[in-house]
Amino acid sequence: AMEGGPSARIREGDCAVLKRDEVFKAVSVLRRRKIIFEKQWFYLDNAIGHIYGTTFEVTSGGNLQPKQEVEEATTETKEAGTDNRNIVDDGKSQKLTHDDIKALKDKGIKGQEIVQQLIENSTTFRDKTEFAQDKYIKKKKKKYEAVITIVKPSTRILSTMYYAREPGKINHLRYDTLAQMLTLGNIHAGNKMIVMETCAGLVLGAVMERMGGYGSIIQMYPGGGPVRAATSCFGFPKPFFDNLHEFPLSKVQSLLSGTFSTETLPAEPEENALLEEESNGLTEEKQTSLQETEEEPATEAAMEIHPAEEQDTMDINAEDVEFKENKEKENKENVREKQIKQWERRKKLLEAAALLREKNADGLIVASKFHPTPLLLSLLEFVAPSRPFVVYCQYKEPLLECYTKLRERGGVINLKLSETWLRNYQVLPDRSHPKLTMSGGGGYLLSGITVVLDKGKSDSSNSEALKMEEPSSKRCRLQDLPC
Amino acid sequence: MSFVEYGDTIKDGDTAIVFLGHESMFPVKVQHGTVTQTKYGVIRHSTDLIGKRYGSKVTCSKGGWVFILHPTPELWTMNLPHRTQILYSTDISIITMMLELKPGSIVCESGTGSGSLSHALIRTVAPTGHLYTVEFHQQRAQKAREEFREHGVEHLVTVTNQDVCKNGFGVSNIADAVFLDIPSPWEAIGHAKSALKAEGGRICSFSPCIEQVQRTCLAMEEYGFTEINTLEILLRVYNVRTISLQIPDLGKAAEDNSSPAFDSSSPSHQGSPCANLQQGTVQFKSGVPLREVVGHTGYLTFATKS
Repeated sequence: AMEGGPSARIREGDCAVLKRDEVFKAVSVLRRRKIIFEKQWFYLDNAIGHIYGTTFEVTSGGNLQPKQEVEEATTETKEAGTDNRNIVDDGKSQKLTHDDIKALKDKGIKGQEIVQQLIENSTTFRDKTEFAQDKYIKKKKKKYEAVITIVKPSTRILSTMYYAREPGKINHLRYDTLAQMLTLGNIHAGNKMIVMETCAGLVLGAVMERMGGYGSIIQMYPGGGPVRAATSCFGFPKPFFDNLHEFPLSKVQSLLSGTFSTETLPAEPEENALLEEESNGLTEEKQTSLQETEEEPATEAAMEIHPAEEQDTMDINAEDVEFKENKEKENKENVREKQIKQWERRKKLLEAAALLREKNADGLIVASKFHPTPLLLSLLEFVAPSRPFVVYCQYKEPLLECYTKLRERGGVINLKLSETWLRNYQVLPDRSHPKLTMSGGGGYLLSGITVVLDKGKSDSSNSEALKMEEPSSKRCRLQDLPC
Repeated sequence: MSFVEYGDTIKDGDTAIVFLGHESMFPVKVQHGTVTQTKYGVIRHSTDLIGKRYGSKVTCSKGGWVFILHPTPELWTMNLPHRTQILYSTDISIITMMLELKPGSIVCESGTGSGSLSHALIRTVAPTGHLYTVEFHQQRAQKAREEFREHGVEHLVTVTNQDVCKNGFGVSNIADAVFLDIPSPWEAIGHAKSALKAEGGRICSFSPCIEQVQRTCLAMEEYGFTEINTLEILLRVYNVRTISLQIPDLGKAAEDNSSPAFDSSSPSHQGSPCANLQQGTVQFKSGVPLREVVGHTGYLTFATKS
């Protein structure tokens, strides 16, 4: 980590995020690789070496060029109207045609100049109010002045990007909800965290960022293997992954009941499963570098022992014998390689199982497409007492059930079901107001703190407090208390 | 224990949280020989607390029991002694994420206030980061220093008693992020900029009034900040309740004695409401909003130094 030190520079192989206004897109920084973003085509080659946060313009030929700081000509008091009572929208106020504009673009005229041309050729511009002129210019700039900023990925950037571009991949987990999870879960350096998510690895990445490489994480996963497409976007240094473990959900019951064994490993992930969690806002072209890291187990599965080619002729000459010998050697190596890989997988699985068996995790984060109740009821067993846990669900109802089941189980206190309401604002002199659109919902959270599980009685509280938990309707009416 | 590192057992000198049930809790300084009064009776630190596992149930002298919890910045926020209005975890969460804070981050904050946000920031930047917090009120600054020491985090924070608008944060060009919660943040934007690292630093200003926000945004623009964005976030809590609604008596159809208008016992009746024929009610689980909720804390304005 280079906190407080020199700012990071864009390097080949990085995962970078392209930004234009409020639109983000994650891409791999590779030379000679055409990128499409916001209706523009360009190469990232010229960006390499620049500091993250630099803003570029796309020049003809698809090259990036750092944008020069242009002093906005402080406008002499422009001619402006007072209101729109006489402005008629007949679609004819702009004298430049589509072709005219295209001609300007083809000539290589800069966006700034095009906007100027549009203003001069608009019959209604000078009748607009100053505010309307401002808005008009902003709108045209947005369309014709294509500037792109290349930003360094972070939880803030990636969670905003995923929510805007591919919310389905992250179960519609809105970025402020994710922020709540990280804080409610007291995610910090040194923790031993259990994470179960099906959010393309975004939640895992966010947890890793807040742990800074300290501590350990056991990621629980469904099926054959965890999806970490988003996690690789963060650009964590390799050591961060040294203490990242994974454990299959399909082995949880056996682990809890004491019958766990590594004899039956979960089926190797099919190639389909990998391709499923593909692009996620990465370039449309296949991200071969990223896929490679995930394809390793699949390659393993695909590896078969190829029998030596059958000789067509009975002719066995020295060359053929050598060829056959080499082939056999190759096969033996393949088999050995496969065995080594399997042995390594078993070893990792045993390590993860041992970590879980200690039942002393510092917290649990769940954010998946599955019903939360069975996950919580089983995974909480691995968490130490007096530690926070947070469960995300796109819908409220499953969390109602989860809450009830947790109360029955006991061993948890301070249960809270919540959601956050988020609103963005436009702040301009004399024009400040909330923005016109906002997210209708960002999902729900159920959080709580574990306590020592008293197998005997329920510990939802002493009888007095118990009455406070679920007051009867009569009590509510009489005392006018918040129920 | 420490606010930045979990411990398993309660030790002498720890700050622990006594949980009595349903949002009722308070902090306690664990000390040999001391006793703490609760409505369920007395807790004797030497026998009931020290050496016990965090998360244990402790029975008090009158028979009732409590849970002893490991402190976290979030629990501290809910239980700390207020010297000023504080920031709650909802705002703290989004501030932390939008400022891109993580272990190793250098953060500047003003005003320190009651230390609610400070504890959360320290937790996030530990073990290699640092918080420089500025408070213009001498007693508050001193109280904050004492608390940080008691909580075992003094090595991660520097409290400076001065006016940030006049004298800045006391550091230059090193902060990854700056946070302002002061009456006139626009007067501190210049100082914030010089405290921040050369490129990519993040700033956040918290103000209750929109007029303050307007002036602050203008100042940010003047000082060359980009990506200026203002938002507000509110928490909505739901109480999980089992609700019973009565089925109204709509009488019977004239000739026909058999089928009432609404037959709650019919197998075709779908959905979660389960009928209770004896009482003529339908039960269901609901997430009921609270009657009164927080409607506003403040506007949060974020920006990037470029």
